[in-house]
Amino acid sequence: MTYIRKPKFANPHIRSNDLGLTHRDYEGSLTTLCGGCGHDSISAAIIQAAVGMSLPPHRVAKLSGIGCSSKIPAYFLSRSHGFNSVHGRMPSVATGANMANKELYFLGVSGDGDSASIGLGQFCHIVRRRINMLYIVANNGTYGLTKGQLSATADPGSRTKSGEESQYDNIDMATLAIELGASFVARSFSGDKSQLVPLIQAGLSHKGFAFIDVISPCVTFNNTDFSTHGYKNTWENYQALSSIDYVPMRKEITTSYGAGEDKEITLHDGSVIHLHKTGSDYRPEDRDNALSHISDYRKKGKIATGLLYINQDQADFHELNDSVDKPLNTLASSDLCPGNEVLQSINETFR
Amino acid sequence: MPEAIATSNASRITPITRVNDFVVKFANVNGSGSASANNMFAKAVFRMGIPVSPHNIFPSNIQGLPTWYEVRISEAGYLGRRDGVDLMVAMNEQTIRNDIDSVLPGGYVLYDNSKPLGPHLLRDDINYLGIPIKDICLKEFEKPTQRQLFKNIVYVGALAAFLEIDFQVLTDLVGDQFRGKERLIPPNIHALELGHQYASNNFKCPLQIRLKHCRKTDNKILIDGNTAVALGCVYGGATVAAWYPLTPSTSVVDAFGKYCKRLRIDPGSGKRKYAIVQAEDELAAIGITVGAGWNGARAFTATSGPGISLMQEFLGLAYFAEVPIVIFDIQRAGPSTGMPTRTQQSDILSCAYASHGDTKQVLLFPASPGECFDFAIEAFDIADNLQTPVIVMSDLELGMNEQMCDALQWTDGREYDRGKVLSEAQLEELGEFARYRDVDGDGIGYRTYPGTHPEKGSYFTRGSSHDDRAAYTEDGNVYAGVMDRIARKFNTAVGFLPLPEQIDTEQENSSGLKLGLLFYGTTTSAIQESLDSLERQGYHFDTLRIRAFPFHESVQQFIDCHDRIYVIEQNRDAQMKSLLKIECDASNRKLASILNYNGVLITAQHIERSVLEDLATFEQTAANTLSSRA
Repeated sequence: MTYIRKPKFANPHIRSNDLGLTHRDYEGSLTTLCGGCGHDSISAAIIQAAVGMSLPPHRVAKLSGIGCSSKIPAYFLSRSHGFNSVHGRMPSVATGANMANKELYFLGVSGDGDSASIGLGQFCHIVRRRINMLYIVANNGTYGLTKGQLSATADPGSRTKSGEESQYDNIDMATLAIELGASFVARSFSGDKSQLVPLIQAGLSHKGFAFIDVISPCVTFNNTDFSTHGYKNTWENYQALSSIDYVPMRKEITTSYGAGEDKEITLHDGSVIHLHKTGSDYRPEDRDNALSHISDYRKKGKIATGLLYINQDQADFHELNDSVDKPLNTLASSDLCPGNEVLQSINETFR
Repeated sequence: MPEAIATSNASRITPITRVNDFVVKFANVNGSGSASANNMFAKAVFRMGIPVSPHNIFPSNIQGLPTWYEVRISEAGYLGRRDGVDLMVAMNEQTIRNDIDSVLPGGYVLYDNSKPLGPHLLRDDINYLGIPIKDICLKEFEKPTQRQLFKNIVYVGALAAFLEIDFQVLTDLVGDQFRGKERLIPPNIHALELGHQYASNNFKCPLQIRLKHCRKTDNKILIDGNTAVALGCVYGGATVAAWYPLTPSTSVVDAFGKYCKRLRIDPGSGKRKYAIVQAEDELAAIGITVGAGWNGARAFTATSGPGISLMQEFLGLAYFAEVPIVIFDIQRAGPSTGMPTRTQQSDILSCAYASHGDTKQVLLFPASPGECFDFAIEAFDIADNLQTPVIVMSDLELGMNEQMCDALQWTDGREYDRGKVLSEAQLEELGEFARYRDVDGDGIGYRTYPGTHPEKGSYFTRGSSHDDRAAYTEDGNVYAGVMDRIARKFNTAVGFLPLPEQIDTEQENSSGLKLGLLFYGTTTSAIQESLDSLERQGYHFDTLRIRAFPFHESVQQFIDCHDRIYVIEQNRDAQMKSLLKIECDASNRKLASILNYNGVLITAQHIERSVLEDLATFEQTAANTLSSRA
């Protein structure tokens, strides 16, 4: 109900972040999704992540395609420019936007229909191009806006509310992202903010293409006991490879961990993530290991979550392009136009 | 007695006798290295000061299929194609029969007589110029590749003797071509000399058709439209290009990349002031362009008909969300894959109203490489000012063939006009920001780039219905208001667009009829020749060249004040005429079509024939109507 103005209550006790902004400054308009939709939890996690890391909201460009998932950029960060583009084509719009100004934070939100079906090609190619952004897929295994058709991420045997059973192999977006060279790949669950929030923060801090596949149940069309994307199955079979904490740049690290239990990764912007073991000895820098873990868990009917893969040594698009330091959209005619004298010498080559 | 003349029946033929006014056509095998030799010929004519227009007629193929290079030479400055060939350089055995058939009576065939011509190839009304090209190359060159490549240079050398090309001009061209690879210069000049010597020793040179220095190419250049577009993009400030390879548009971004490497490197850091992405398809190419345009970079894509089909959805988004982008459509013969290496003007309707729903797009129609350059620069200013896509409608003929035009010019000190974009300071002073509010009454709102101001100026761009603050709405009246406002923007648009080029002689014809020719883009090349010829036959025509869509009001006036107007275009369905009938008040009785859609450039002879044929009946009908009224 975007036409219903969201009430603004002044809470005298609300905490402000390093920028002096409060949670309210990061909110968007009122959601129009169904009550209990996983996607609203993702919006809330994005807001919490942005407040927590003191992200300047106006320095974020939020982009999406079409579908329930792609509506959510309207529901967070109203001080950011948003772009709700066409179905399956957010990756290309994000690519162009990033080419124009590499200094913004780019946050793409898409769904499984948007990214795994109509936009699968664009998804693959934005990963290949190493655009510096965080790309979130709100993955519910179904087409909500068109009322409950199966999507390409629905697992074989999974059934929708209407009883339709998925007969085809599913596309695993996290596996695909790793295969195609994404340098930060995670999976999470909209119901677990303790994991999702630090993953979003780390993904935004990461230099290069960061991807989070978020299981985000569709309460209306795909939340049955027979759906692998419903709350029941996800709660029961969701297993974190490690738990994660995110410490923004310049913040003092206060928590201490026992030796051998904690893995510390410093990201390019100076922020730090801590991964805490939850049993297995998981090494997120090992690409082949990441792929086999996802596959092993899957065979057991489990969902491997957490930071699956990270590679901090990869050059991003602008490094590969060798772009000038200033954003391209700030260059003026004096920077760009070679002038008439040069043109006259070019004319000479056509005589 | 030289063999070629001995076997021909020269005595019975009246040879074509012309100076600086004839057509030479080269028939070659694709991939045999003929392109650079043929180009050298055309450029030599140009450097002798004689207007010249070469036309490539090439296959969709890498190697082996037939290809032609047709060179119109015209001191009078007629740069269109002309029917008939005066001198055929017949180097392709696959097509030689048809090639020889196309020579005008009294014309010439230059061929390789290392092997005698079959009797079926002998005509008794043309002259045969046999040069043992293969034998010469076998004798003079050792490497197989040289023996093949220098065949082309040998016939250019022979043409130099036959047509009296200034040999110094040719040797200078070789020097220019191989600058940096100097060791290739002597063998090339040697090959030219071999051809020249053989022709001089065995034939009476020059022929009755020949060249003579003049001064008609001073301050002109010979450049293809796609290169000129690319230079326009460099000068116009484009920093982002996204594309998918597609003939005949590919060389636009190729050339843009080439010039950027020279002209867009930051001198301090050595880094690039541009970014080019070869996208996975045309959907992504335009998506990237839209993203970059939205975020404040000047961005373009280049494509052709099949790409335009794929870009339709995004064109609707850019129209409705009001994002400035520039598209170069280098049209080719459709539908579907059509004839991918042949020219047409057949995307007019699919571009004018591109995308679903009520849409309209701004089109520019360049007619020369000079206009390709100017319109590319203009297109970015227009797109920024109108906040909408601008499609520059070139075609294969203009894009891929070198044409003579005035030297390109840039006015130093000219600033890019980015239209209504609010800065941080302006936002600071502003009360309320509403992205789509028509503050100035011209239908154009103010936009902001992401990241400009910490608190003000953000908005949510969307292809769904929105109010003037860019918020989603399903209120039909609000939606209709936005649609009406965008329609008003297209009225404003006319003021930003290049005006039609109009020549109004105010002369009536003897029949009392006022006649007009209306055309655009590459049909222009045939117009002056058509007019001169029709004038000699007693017909006066006013002309109007459309340079942009939406149409300027003078187009309606032109229709109103003429009795019969011929809309000349290169497609089957008279697309521009249809567009005129949709957008203007024009009847079928007034508008007649002259169409050419065989994939090669329209000729003045075709226009003239069609006009005269139609006039014969039209004048009769008009006379009958008048007399029945009387």
